[in-house]
Amino acid sequence: MEEDLKYKLISDFKLMESSLNGEAKSPFHKIRQDAISVFEELGFPVKKLEEWKYTNLNNITKNKFRQFLIPEKINLSYEEVASFIYPGFEGNLIVLINGHYSVKFSKIVTQTDGVYIGSFSEAREKFSDIFQNHFAKYADYYRNSLTALNTAFAIDGVFIHVEKNITVNEPVLILNIADSRDESLIAQPRNLFVMEEGSSVNIIDDYYTIGEHPFFTNSVIEVVLKNNASLDHYKIQNDGSNAFHIGTIQVEQSRDSKFTNSTISWGGSLIRNNLNAVLNGENSESHFYGLYLLKDKQFVDNHTLVDHAVPNCNSNELYKGLIDDKATGVFNGKIMVRKDAQKTNAYQSNKNILLSADAKINAKPQLEIFADDVKCSHGATSGQLDQNSMFYLQSRGISKDEAKILLMNAFSSDVIDSVKIDSLRDYLHSQLFKKLKK
Amino acid sequence: MITIKNLKARVEDKEILKGINLQINAGEIHAIMGPNGSGKSTLASVLAGKEGYEVTGGEVIFEGKELLDLDPEERAREGLFLAFQYPVEIPGVSNTNFMKTALNEVRKARGEEPLSASEFLKLLKEKAALVGLNPEYLSRYVNDGFSGGEKKRNEIFQLAMLNPKFSILDETDSGLDIDALKIVADGVNKIKNKNNSFLVITHYQRLLNYIVPDFVHVMYDGRIVKSGGKELALHLEENGYDWIKEIEVTA
Repeated sequence: MEEDLKYKLISDFKLMESSLNGEAKSPFHKIRQDAISVFEELGFPVKKLEEWKYTNLNNITKNKFRQFLIPEKINLSYEEVASFIYPGFEGNLIVLINGHYSVKFSKIVTQTDGVYIGSFSEAREKFSDIFQNHFAKYADYYRNSLTALNTAFAIDGVFIHVEKNITVNEPVLILNIADSRDESLIAQPRNLFVMEEGSSVNIIDDYYTIGEHPFFTNSVIEVVLKNNASLDHYKIQNDGSNAFHIGTIQVEQSRDSKFTNSTISWGGSLIRNNLNAVLNGENSESHFYGLYLLKDKQFVDNHTLVDHAVPNCNSNELYKGLIDDKATGVFNGKIMVRKDAQKTNAYQSNKNILLSADAKINAKPQLEIFADDVKCSHGATSGQLDQNSMFYLQSRGISKDEAKILLMNAFSSDVIDSVKIDSLRDYLHSQLFKKLKK
Repeated sequence: MITIKNLKARVEDKEILKGINLQINAGEIHAIMGPNGSGKSTLASVLAGKEGYEVTGGEVIFEGKELLDLDPEERAREGLFLAFQYPVEIPGVSNTNFMKTALNEVRKARGEEPLSASEFLKLLKEKAALVGLNPEYLSRYVNDGFSGGEKKRNEIFQLAMLNPKFSILDETDSGLDIDALKIVADGVNKIKNKNNSFLVITHYQRLLNYIVPDFVHVMYDGRIVKSGGKELALHLEENGYDWIKEIEVTA
């Protein structure tokens, strides 16, 4: 079955290629061709690969997805789009429909010179130097077939470039809308964020599904942080139970740079979040936070890699999960400390509460340390709600259900507290409370 | 207010309560004293409805209802309160939110409307002042990082907030220095009136200098072996518990 989908996508690639005209000979397209041949060779990842041991893609590959190529006849109103914008949001709005930048619905408010926030396809010519230097340079498509697949179909998505020493005050909200009302589709947004020295921006990546057909998002984001640049990235997954999401974020960090990611997984059938940061300049830091609330047969795999390549860098990871019904969570956190990376501080924590007998967590911390003067720690726990706390709350008149909600809320809160945008944090707290009440 | 008749309970295979009889009326303070392992705290846990205790006999009538049929939260809503020997730390839940949720549930059970935000805040401050709880602790997580004395004071604060009919103070004096003890006792004395009642469980007589009981009961090996007035506590203080054990052996 996975072979069927594989060859279908390869024929979709040829279809795309035939519509390119002159571009087919560009260096950019050479990368795509290179990538599709890697995909053809590797195929979809299978469970016998160590990195995919816990993640079974059969539920994805059994579908007949069509690659969404041209933003044809999208039937969506302003009201529908607005309903996906969280209350209190102020800033730049980008709407990607099936991975394609929608000029109609996007609204860029930042007018500062030296800031580009817009469509990937449009920026490719205008910023050809930057694309040449950075596109597909970090997300390794030779060894990851899904990154290869995305690279082959790198057509559109978001491009952000901020010049030296500019702080973008207005956050960027990227609404990823998956429209599966008519048919089963695969969307492959490709994003590139290049932050020059001393610049900073906040980005919120929000995912929604409309429609009932299966939908597969295979996204890749490359982030480049030059010296002293900083980026806060929030990924909020609200997809429906018919949606599959495989996303790779690849971060390249220079000296004194700072990257923060918070990934909140509320919905989706199968989610795999690959989050990789390479700390390639001294005194740079990475903070990863994750919260997953799983029920039914949901599956979420947070797969992280922090690569300490140079000395004096800091990284911290905190992932928390509430897992109910027959849902499964995976946390695979790898910390690599290379030989020269002395004085590294690297911490990792994964905590889970299993709310039913059939709920499952696979936690796999991996520390590979080749330097001798480092501080590294990891911890993984899983358990039930604390019975003494439950009794204490009940003994004050609080019902069992209400006590559970209070404790689950308390357990999850510190991940949401890491969100620095006030309106987003408030919204996520209220979302959490609502979801726990169900 | 509460009548305990021949109450028997066990934990796993071990019988701990072997037939407790006790009658407490409105406006009364009763003290239960006894050596370690006599079953004092088990009695408190069974009355509050903690899991892990199996009642094997007897009954408890609280305000006309069969208490042992109720869930812990229902007992609390009926007006029973347990001040814990070891209050639980709950990081992530603020004291204020905890009390707001609890008070609203208790009020709902009594058929009362939830308090408005300003009424609630007023009550919160008033009761914190009553028991001498630093208002800063209201916004902190429940008992999280509190000292032993602060935890016990927080128990009495919750008692003041929920205004129960019948309160059990389980070794509230343990781990407290004399100043903290006085403050906690002072809080209880302010809350005490002719309509509520207290059961004070303690190992030492010390607390009873400040919360003066109407009746003192001595518990040993799962039974109340002697009852008397407050002078019984003094007698125990002077003579220890050994003479009680002898009564038990000869009885």
